[in-house]
Amino acid sequence: MLAELGFRFLLGGAIVSLFAAFAEMWDPKTFAGLFGAAPSVALATLALGFYQHGGSYVAIEARAMVMGSIALLAYSAACVAIAKTRRLPLAVGAAAAWTVWLVAALGLWRLGAMTGIL
Amino acid sequence: MTPQCKPAGLKKTKLWEYGVRFAFGGLVTAGAGLVADGYGPELGGFMLAFPAILPASLTLIKQHDGRAKAVDDARGARLGSLALAIFGVTVGYSATSWPPVAALGLATLAWIVVAVALWAIAYGGGSAVAHRLNH
Repeated sequence: MLAELGFRFLLGGAIVSLFAAFAEMWDPKTFAGLFGAAPSVALATLALGFYQHGGSYVAIEARAMVMGSIALLAYSAACVAIAKTRRLPLAVGAAAAWTVWLVAALGLWRLGAMTGIL
Repeated sequence: MTPQCKPAGLKKTKLWEYGVRFAFGGLVTAGAGLVADGYGPELGGFMLAFPAILPASLTLIKQHDGRAKAVDDARGARLGSLALAIFGVTVGYSATSWPPVAALGLATLAWIVVAVALWAIAYGGGSAVAHRLNH
């Protein structure tokens, strides 16, 4: 269990860092920002999911991820608004905006469960 | 406007800043595994779209390049998250019938193509779409 968590940590950290470093090399920032929503955590997790549980399990995770990406869109839009305002330190605002992602994700999860999508 | 690759941009970022991103990414990936194990793949799948890179990136860009550039970075992430949905759809359809490497490879390619296409539509030609997205 601990070894698996450690492996997930290392693999996820490595892929996220690679995408982040790749983003650093691009200009303008609207283009570099695309990599802020790159499938970095997804690649690590789904690759392990294939290995441990098979394709059907991964397909369910991927469908849920589609809904999660709508929550990420809401988070990104919140970050645009937060970054524009000078009243809030950006680090605090970006962390507080995680609640936007959480509320949107939980709402979409409920919707998915009620409609049978998930 | 054409995107330009500037490897010198890597030098702006200090080693500890990469360390922060590594730790964030690692924790979210480990957390996604725990959620999927505890609550099933339906809830675990949501964690695959958790904003892991963005908060640290926005903070660091603001420090290095100013607030306006951080706003632009978040604008790009909005488009990237739409492309992430296409990544999920591609894996959802191919996971049961394709080998893992092919399914994830095709989905990553789909993410790149859709993300770049959306960016080109929105910002590539000084279009009316770009004007709307920037205000």
